[in-house]
Amino acid sequence: MRRIGQVRWELAIVVWAVALGMFFPILWMLLCSFKTEIAAVATPPALFFHPTLENYHAVLERADYLAFARNSVLVSLGSTLLALALAIPAAYSMAFFPTRRTRDILLWMLSTRMLPAVGVLVPIYLLWRDLGLLDTVFGLILIDSISVLPIVVWMLFSFFREVPAVILEASRMDGATQIEELVHVLLPLCTPGIAATALLSIILCWNEAFWSLNLTTVKAATLTTFTASFSSPEGLFWAKLSAASTLSIAPILIFGWMSQRQMVRGLSFGAVK
Amino acid sequence: MATVELRNVRKQFGTHEVIHGIDLLIQDREFIAFVGPSGCGKSTLLRMIAGLEQVTEGEVLIDGSPAQDVPPAKRGLAMVFQSYALYPHMTVAENMSFSLRLSGTPKAEREQKVRTVARILEMEPLLERRPSQLSGGQLQRVAIGRAMVRQPKAFLLDEPLSNLDAALQGQMRLELARLHRELNTTMIYVTHDQLEAMTMADRIVVLNQGNVEQLGSPLELYQHPATFFVAGFIGAPKMNFLDAEVKTVDAQHLTLMLTSGTSITVPAPLQKLNANEKIKLGIRAEHLALEPEGELRGEIEALEHLGPRAYLHTRLADGTRLVAQTDGDTQARPGDHVAFRARSEATHLFNSSGRALTRSDPQAEPC
Amino acid sequence: MTGEVASKPTRHLHRPLLAPSVGALFLWMAVPLAMTLWFSAEHYNLLRPGKTAFAGWENYRDLLTHRALWIAMGNTLFLVGLVLAITLIFGTLFSLLLNQDFPGRNVCRLLIIAPFFVMPTVSALIWKNMLMNPVFGLFAWITRSLGFGTIEFFSRMPMLSIVLIVGWEWTPFAVLILLPALHSLNPEQIEAARLDGGGPIALFRYIQLPHLLRPMAVVAMIEMIFFLSLFAEIYVATGGGPGLASTNLAYLIFRDALLGFDVGRASAGGVIAIILANIVCFFLMRVVGRNLEDLR
Repeated sequence: MRRIGQVRWELAIVVWAVALGMFFPILWMLLCSFKTEIAAVATPPALFFHPTLENYHAVLERADYLAFARNSVLVSLGSTLLALALAIPAAYSMAFFPTRRTRDILLWMLSTRMLPAVGVLVPIYLLWRDLGLLDTVFGLILIDSISVLPIVVWMLFSFFREVPAVILEASRMDGATQIEELVHVLLPLCTPGIAATALLSIILCWNEAFWSLNLTTVKAATLTTFTASFSSPEGLFWAKLSAASTLSIAPILIFGWMSQRQMVRGLSFGAVK
Repeated sequence: MATVELRNVRKQFGTHEVIHGIDLLIQDREFIAFVGPSGCGKSTLLRMIAGLEQVTEGEVLIDGSPAQDVPPAKRGLAMVFQSYALYPHMTVAENMSFSLRLSGTPKAEREQKVRTVARILEMEPLLERRPSQLSGGQLQRVAIGRAMVRQPKAFLLDEPLSNLDAALQGQMRLELARLHRELNTTMIYVTHDQLEAMTMADRIVVLNQGNVEQLGSPLELYQHPATFFVAGFIGAPKMNFLDAEVKTVDAQHLTLMLTSGTSITVPAPLQKLNANEKIKLGIRAEHLALEPEGELRGEIEALEHLGPRAYLHTRLADGTRLVAQTDGDTQARPGDHVAFRARSEATHLFNSSGRALTRSDPQAEPC
Repeated sequence: MTGEVASKPTRHLHRPLLAPSVGALFLWMAVPLAMTLWFSAEHYNLLRPGKTAFAGWENYRDLLTHRALWIAMGNTLFLVGLVLAITLIFGTLFSLLLNQDFPGRNVCRLLIIAPFFVMPTVSALIWKNMLMNPVFGLFAWITRSLGFGTIEFFSRMPMLSIVLIVGWEWTPFAVLILLPALHSLNPEQIEAARLDGGGPIALFRYIQLPHLLRPMAVVAMIEMIFFLSLFAEIYVATGGGPGLASTNLAYLIFRDALLGFDVGRASAGGVIAIILANIVCFFLMRVVGRNLEDLR
């Protein structure tokens, strides 16, 4: 057995190599974003170069980038708030007043998530067209919030279940109504869990590509659509593309890193405690 | 200040009945304990009084008026939970004043009440801490304090000491008894630990499988258990039981044949017994004395020294185990062959359905 | 007794609290589903509005007799199977590595899970342009420098390239779930196994792997949901090509519907996708349902 305090350097080297390998594409993009356009496509690839911020300036000066970014923020925040508003009462009711059908309802909710989006693409497209929701932020919020709803309900449900029912009983003995119980006891108690749920929902909506590619064109298009439009620059604008991509993923990457530990419990559907 | 009355109270979970019709009148200012093994229904009964559990059938009356449809907070009762159930995101002071805040009590009055209670419980320095910064004993005090702030008609305590270590339990038992004297309020106390019930309660309700086995003062239960179950449950060490068969019986004496082959004569009960009827003989450890000519012979298996006294764990010839109390300085050793004489007038008799057979005058019986 | 959830007197609030979520999801599921079924039995092309007609099974017959559907199905299953294997194997491997104690462990953990948070269009862009581009890409430079010439990733092996991208995105997800699962294993169990003389391989085979099976099943099932309708990566990286070589079911339907404007045929494809997903869903429900046993 290994002595305490002995550092296993060979292991550290292996894992660091794996970690850097996995992170390399992101790192490479980050490096490119600080290169000039010419350095970005240079062969052999330039490892040492004079970093420049000109790509970021160029991206931020383009009005359309900011419009896409604004749409992404609106859609991910809006969808998350709407999903939370629907899910908190539902999760509360199922976690603390379970009935014989609670389990079936939960599984059914999850099963709606399994309905492949592409299977309903046509009717949703036509409905959105007829309702005037195509290429609107609201239309995208509507569909994104519904598609994250099952995961949000599940996650909140697993966080709520960890609150001992006896604490809610104590508040009932203290004279709390159901709303007071929810507002003064349950929600403050579950703040970390709700925050993790909100973050996951923001991440999923931010990165959501299928609906934004198919239901939006310009006005309500998000950063996923924006980046997708660069699918074939063939060496042109790589540095600017890298800068735009870096700006698009940075906030979400940081959110993800912050909330990863809490997120796991909701994502694993009870398989990890 | 309240009486609590249960009238033919039943409780079903689904189709499974866990409380089978209980009648009980709890007097004003009484300290009453519900005691029984886990699953006997004692917590359910308490929760029905609290209003946390619906009554399937029957009535719960608080101060004489039906309370089944009154929500928990409106019953004027306060509860102390086994796990304390403090709000982890609130300070001690906020925990204690939460009910007052919900009922719209002005801030100054809330603070004053919290201070008063904190002084009684000697926990003023803790008021600004959060539950996570407190020890088990301190959490316990806060839970009790939270109940006291409301000045309830009655306190409901659900195994409040079971999460504390033994030393703290002893201390809190005394403290709870003191609080009951000072507050002069009805207290309903649920525990699985007969010792807690014996040391604190005015009266004890022994519950078993959803039925009341016996209701009485601690001493009544100890000296005159009404059933085989109560006899085995109340008192430590547990009462010894010997299987026996009636040999002869007359007005004064009953002679029993034990499974070990020896016979023993005890005062006869009021109830009529037939020859060859199978009964159980109960003897408490302190009613067995070492005596070379004693009728109960066996071998010492283990010796438990408690200082002032010692318990001899003995195995009789037929395999029955017997615990006897003796002096702390006993010379007996495991492996010794010994004989005990039972104080025949202090023995208990139970018929085959578990009911106690009583002797003429319970009051006259020595203990 | 204390663990039990109580207080039924307030039950009447149960329905109003649950109704908005259930209602929203029901609408979301039922209405489009019914419409998809309806359209799939019609001749309906957006380029010829007003000329809809009942088609019966024709859309399905068209699809099922055309090789495009079978290629797309094959590609879908190829993608799901291969990426699942890759993410589970590497996810387990990385989790085992990260579960050890070494300097910088937490930083490594963050670096390894990072790709999961990258939006799919961006990861497709990075791989397609900066790494796999045959002229300017980093990989091309590496292989050329080593004297192997250039690998034409997207024209020679489009599906494998997609698998590589998706595997890179989703291996972190497996780590995200499996690492905490591994961590939750009681350390005394491992110590007991060591005292019993178990080496690292026996330890993994008899202690850690059995403990990981359930979380692995959850990982597999969630990934399946996403892989079955994988879209953005294909849209950005290959556009389904060359030819149909990297077209999966989702992309085929997208092509029929929004590029070909054939609502009827796209809907029939949608129904087939739903049926495929339902087969998977059936297994998922059994796995996840087991984690809810305590509700019964």
